Amino acid sequence: MSARNLQTGRIARRFNALKAEGRAGLVTFLTACDPDYDTSLDVLKGLPAAGADLIELGMPFTDPMADGPAIQLASQRALAAGGSIERCLSAVRSFREQESETPLILMGYYNPIYAYGPERFCKDAAEAGVDGLIIVDLPPEEAEELLAHARPAGIDFIVLTTPTTVGERLPVVLGNASGFVYYVSIAGITGTASAQMSAIEEAVARLKAATALPVAVGFGIRTPEQAADVARHADGVVVGSALVQALAESLDGEGRATEGLKDNVLGLVRALANGVRTARG
Amino acid sequence: MQSLNTYRAGPDERGHFGIFGGRFVAETLMPLILEVEKAYKAAKADPSFQQELDYYLSDYVGRPSPLYYARRLTESLGGAKIYLKREDLNHTGAHKINNCVGQILLARRMGKKRIIAETGAGQHGVATATVCALFGLECVIYMGATDIERQAPNVYRMKMLGATVKPVTSGAGTLKDAMNDALRDWVTNVDTTYYLIGTVAGPHPYPAMVRDFQCVIGEETRQQIMKAEGRLPDSLVACIGGGSNAMGLFHPFLDDAAVRIIGVEAAGHGLESGQHAASLTGGRPGVLHGNRTYLLQDQDGQIAEAHSISAGLDYPGIGPEHSWLHDIKRVEYVSVTDTEAVEAFGMVTRLEGIIPALESSHAIAHAAKLAPSLPKDHLMVVNLSGRGDKDLATIAKAQGESL
Repeated sequence: MSARNLQTGRIARRFNALKAEGRAGLVTFLTACDPDYDTSLDVLKGLPAAGADLIELGMPFTDPMADGPAIQLASQRALAAGGSIERCLSAVRSFREQESETPLILMGYYNPIYAYGPERFCKDAAEAGVDGLIIVDLPPEEAEELLAHARPAGIDFIVLTTPTTVGERLPVVLGNASGFVYYVSIAGITGTASAQMSAIEEAVARLKAATALPVAVGFGIRTPEQAADVARHADGVVVGSALVQALAESLDGEGRATEGLKDNVLGLVRALANGVRTARG
Repeated sequence: MQSLNTYRAGPDERGHFGIFGGRFVAETLMPLILEVEKAYKAAKADPSFQQELDYYLSDYVGRPSPLYYARRLTESLGGAKIYLKREDLNHTGAHKINNCVGQILLARRMGKKRIIAETGAGQHGVATATVCALFGLECVIYMGATDIERQAPNVYRMKMLGATVKPVTSGAGTLKDAMNDALRDWVTNVDTTYYLIGTVAGPHPYPAMVRDFQCVIGEETRQQIMKAEGRLPDSLVACIGGGSNAMGLFHPFLDDAAVRIIGVEAAGHGLESGQHAASLTGGRPGVLHGNRTYLLQDQDGQIAEAHSISAGLDYPGIGPEHSWLHDIKRVEYVSVTDTEAVEAFGMVTRLEGIIPALESSHAIAHAAKLAPSLPKDHLMVVNLSGRGDKDLATIAKAQGESL
């Protein structure tokens, strides 16, 4: 067993601190190596100061089946720029040299991890400073082959619950959960429709009744106003496609970063953070 | 060969064939997949479901399809006695309809009103659009933009049948990408929609269910060859993209140890060129589209683009049960290039007056390699999985002509 303990890890500490502050946390998503390694790392390093409370870093994959066009294109740009698990972990190591407290979660699909080797992946990710994993295509029925290595490495396995995770399905899904529970607020892919607030409120209450873990809500949250609305009910607010879109709009005709890219992306993060921080005020 | 009491017992209750198969899908889809599994189990146990299926297979599809002794092909090759299982004579022109009839009856039992499907060559799309027309159901077909271009007649057929054909431009615009977009549609329309997967791949229960619906091919073949020859065949040959026509022919013979079984993958421009669709020969195990199976991929686990002249074989994966049969060595898997398939296409067309699909031409090409060295009393069954009308433009192009 590693010396790291999930109950006292960065994710738990951060949510405890947020609770003490009486506010929800902003969880940002960007794809590693999008549009290139250096730009992506520069933005990553700027996220905590801009107001990201937790960071999701996407591991690019050729076939991101649960993602809409914005994140599909991000994956393609990242792969074209040489994105890989090695590069993701290298970015995390570099990030950790300057930032020791903000939790970092890798999000992606299973095949690149399977190719890397699940045991080696968990070990290397933990050493690099990764705190959690969200693997889209590993439902509880198939998760054990990664969980068996994530647990001893001290990495949280963050489960996705959805509007279809109801009845007897919910305890099955929550059985593997640690860190926090990610509520996918729509039946659909990333960056498309937004859920009704009343539906989100109801779902968060339902999840809260079933788990002691913090609940973060994502999918379809694009604006500071939407983020604030969700922050009144959930412990975390995840924004992904809108940030990826802001990044994409800061590329030139050849897909290269323009000078304003970092400010555009971090500017949106600041606005979202402001929405989240003032939501319950 | 690993010796088992039976090779036909899989998958286990979690959908695994050895290490292959499973249910690697987003959580949103899990309840649906469990619902499909439950509904299929109930249907299988219901004699009225089988009756209804039998009715449509005989009166609508036109089954049984003939097992035809290809005399001139046999004489020309000068060895094994070759029989062709004529799936090309089915309604809509390929084996795909067998599975579509089965699944559409299931979708109706489940009360679903909207059907989605992916298609490569368009044969599965046409078969799906056909059964949707038959039952008055909304039909949306995802098809890669590249495939839409090379399979224009099938695209038009689908539209005539009332289906909406959605072009998929992501990736290389072929079958893999069409399947991604079909999954994205399903995850978005969970309440209304049934995903009618066309091959023995995808999350459990699809590989087993599609296999079951295609096993009619092998079961008929067994009876037909017994009637014609009084004994089982010595070998079976079928082409493999996802592998549904092959699994349908092979599965009823898996426990007959004396029957040699050969699956033929698409070697495209040649295995050494890197431009092929031979997942078993040129790939390694990975996870995509809901199952673990052999995949064409790079060292980082990124999925590679497949290549085959035949749109129906142009897929970087293969059904998980084939991966298992490969690993335990019950079935031999070989590959045939674009050029060899085109030659075989011409050979059967001229010798037998049968225009085979380019997919099926891969199986014929391998049969033509084997047959001459085999004795004349060797009985070989080749699955002629579909007809080739849809491929005429591709063939013309390969021969430097235009229609």
